[in-house]
Amino acid sequence: MNKNADYWKENLRLVVILMVIWFAVSFLFGIILVDTLNTIRVGGVGLGFWFAQQGSIYVFLALIFVYTKKMNALDRKYNVHED
Amino acid sequence: MELTTLTYAFVGATFALYIGIAFWARASTTGDFYVAGKGVHPVANGMATAADWMSAASFISMAGLIAFNGYGASVFLMGWTGGYVLLALLLAPYLRKFGKFTVPEFIGERYYSRTARIVAVICLILASITYVIGQMKGIGVAFSRFLETDYDTGLYVGMGIVFIYSVMGGMKGITYTQIAQYCVLIFAYTVPAVFISLNITGNPIPQLGILGTMNEGSTYMMDKLNLVVSELGFNEYTTQVLGSKLNMFAYTLTLMIGTAGLPHVIIRFFTVPKVRDARATAGWALVFIAILYTTAPAVGSMARLNLMNTIQTGPVGEVASNIEYKNRPQWFKNWESTGLLKFEDKNGDGRIQYYNDKNKDFAKKADALGWKGNEMVKVDRDIMVLANPEIANLPNWVIALVVAGGLAAALSTAAGLLLAIASSISHDLLKGIFKPDISERQELMAGRIAMAGAIGAAGYFGLHPPDFAAGTVAIAFGLAASSIFPALMMGIFNKKVNRTGAVAGMVTGIGITMLYVFQHKGIMFIPGTAFLGDMSPNWFFGISPNAFGCVGALANFAVAIGISKVTSAPPEHIQHLVEDIRIPGSSSAATEH
Repeated sequence: MNKNADYWKENLRLVVILMVIWFAVSFLFGIILVDTLNTIRVGGVGLGFWFAQQGSIYVFLALIFVYTKKMNALDRKYNVHED
Repeated sequence: MELTTLTYAFVGATFALYIGIAFWARASTTGDFYVAGKGVHPVANGMATAADWMSAASFISMAGLIAFNGYGASVFLMGWTGGYVLLALLLAPYLRKFGKFTVPEFIGERYYSRTARIVAVICLILASITYVIGQMKGIGVAFSRFLETDYDTGLYVGMGIVFIYSVMGGMKGITYTQIAQYCVLIFAYTVPAVFISLNITGNPIPQLGILGTMNEGSTYMMDKLNLVVSELGFNEYTTQVLGSKLNMFAYTLTLMIGTAGLPHVIIRFFTVPKVRDARATAGWALVFIAILYTTAPAVGSMARLNLMNTIQTGPVGEVASNIEYKNRPQWFKNWESTGLLKFEDKNGDGRIQYYNDKNKDFAKKADALGWKGNEMVKVDRDIMVLANPEIANLPNWVIALVVAGGLAAALSTAAGLLLAIASSISHDLLKGIFKPDISERQELMAGRIAMAGAIGAAGYFGLHPPDFAAGTVAIAFGLAASSIFPALMMGIFNKKVNRTGAVAGMVTGIGITMLYVFQHKGIMFIPGTAFLGDMSPNWFFGISPNAFGCVGALANFAVAIGISKVTSAPPEHIQHLVEDIRIPGSSSAATEH
C-alpha cells in the first residue's frame, strides 16, 4: 500500500511542477507581465504578445507530452503499468 | 467553374464520405454506442477529439474575434488550448481508469449519491443544448450563404446527415466520421491562410509570417497593422486589452476550466483502450487543435490588414485614398446582400470612410477632413474567415473548400454534443435511475431514440432560436467551469470530499455564476429583468459575466471542502475507489466491484 502512496506522491510532484509552468507561460508571461516582456522583440512582435498568441500553446503541447512520457516511466518504476 | 457548382461538389463529396463511414462503422453494443468499444487508437482519438472540440465558433468566429480584438483575443487562444493541460494532468487518466461510460456516472458513484448524479445530468444537458443550438445555426447560415438555399433547408440537410451517422454508429460512427471531418476542416483552414501569408509576407508558414516583414519593404507586418489601425483611431492591435488585465486573467481561467469540464470532450477519454492512451490522447488532441489555433492569429491579423487596405488605400487625409463606393470589390457586394456588411454614405461624397468615431481625438481630425462619422456601420466579425479568401482574391475552389470546412466543424461538434446528451439520458437517467433492469439491447435502442430526440430538439431550437441563444455561451462555460470541473477534480484529488460537500459545492458554484450572468443580462436572458440595475456593469472587480465561471468554481471548491470537513467522511469503499482510480494497473482488485 505504501508503494501506491509513493507513486501518488511522485505523480503529484510532477503535476505541480508542470502546472507551475502552465501558469507561467499563459497567465504570467501572456497577461501579467505582458508589457514588460513586450520590450523584447521576436521578429515583428513583442515577446509577451507572442506568448499570449503562439508560445503558450507550444509549451502546453510540450507539457502534455512530457507528462505522458514521465508517467509511463513512473508506471513501470512502480510496476503499476497496464499489461 | 461557377462558385455555386464548386461548392455543391465539395460539400456533396464530403457528405457522401461521412455517410459512407457511417455504414462501415455501425454500433452493435452499448459499448460501441457510448464509447466506440474503447478501441480507438490515441492518435485517431486525438484527431476526433480535435474535430469534436473545434466548433463552428472556432472555425468561423475566432479569427474574426482576433481580427477586431487583437491582443485582447488571446484569452480565447490560451483558454481553449490550456484546458487540455488540465484535462491531461488532472482528469483524463483517472476518469479512464474509472472505466465507465458517462460523466454523471462518475459523479454519482464517487459521491455515492443519486442527487449528485441528477445534478450532473442537468448541468450536462444545459451546457450541451446551448452549444448545439449554436452549431445548428452555423450550419443553417453556411448553407444559406453559399448554396443559395434558405436557412431552413440548410438546417434540415444538416440534421439529416447527423441523424444518419450518429443514430446508426453512435460513438463509433461519430469518431470515425470526425476523423474525416478533421481532415476537411484543417485543410480548409490552412490552405487560404498559407496563400494569404504568402501574399502579404512572402512566408508560406502563417505562424512565421506574422513575425516577419511585409512582402514589399522592410516594415514588420504587425508594426504595419498597428500603424494602419491606429492612424484611423482604432486601438493598437498588439496591445489592446479585453476589459482589463484582471478580466483577461479571469476570462482565460474560466475558458480553461470550462474546457476541461465540458462533457462532450471528457467523454472522448473513455473511448481509448488504456490509461496511458488517455494521457496521450490529450496530447494528440492538442497537436491537432494547435495547428488551427496557432494559424488563427495569422488569419485574423492578415484579414484585418486586408480589410483596412481595401477601404483606405493610401495616406489618411488624401481624398483619393478612400475607395469610391461604386468601385467596391465583388466580395463587398456579396456580403452587403447578406446584411452582415453595411455602408452608409454619411457625408455624401461617394467614398467610404472607415474609422473609429468613438475615439475623441481622432474624431476631431476626421471632422476637419469633412468626414461625418464611420461609414462602415456594420462589419460583422463572423464574416472574416468566410470572406477572407474572397478579400485576398483566391480562386473559387478555395472558397468552396472553406464552406465544406465550416460545415465539417459544425457537424462534428454537433454530433459529439448530441451523443453526450443522448448517453446521459439513456444511460444515466433511464438505466441508472428509472429502469436499472433493462437489457443491453433495450438500452441501445433507448440510446438511439434519445439521440433522435436530441437531434429533433436541437433542430427545433435551430429553426426557432430562443432570444437568449447568443448569451448562453456564458452559461455553458460557466456551468462546466463552476460545477462539473471542480466536482471531478475533487473527486480524484481529495478523498475527504463527501456527498453533502459535493452537492452543496456544485449548487453554490452554478448559483453564483448564474446570478452574476442573470444580474447583467436578465433572468433567463429576458430583457428588462436584469436586477440590481443600479450597480455598474462588471461590478465584481471589472470581471465580465462571460469570465465569471472561475469565481463560481473557486466558490465550489471552498464550499465543498468546508462542508466536507464538518460532516462525516465518505464511506470506506469510496475512499478505496479513489485510491484505485489513482493507480493505472491496479493490483488492488478488491475495489473492482
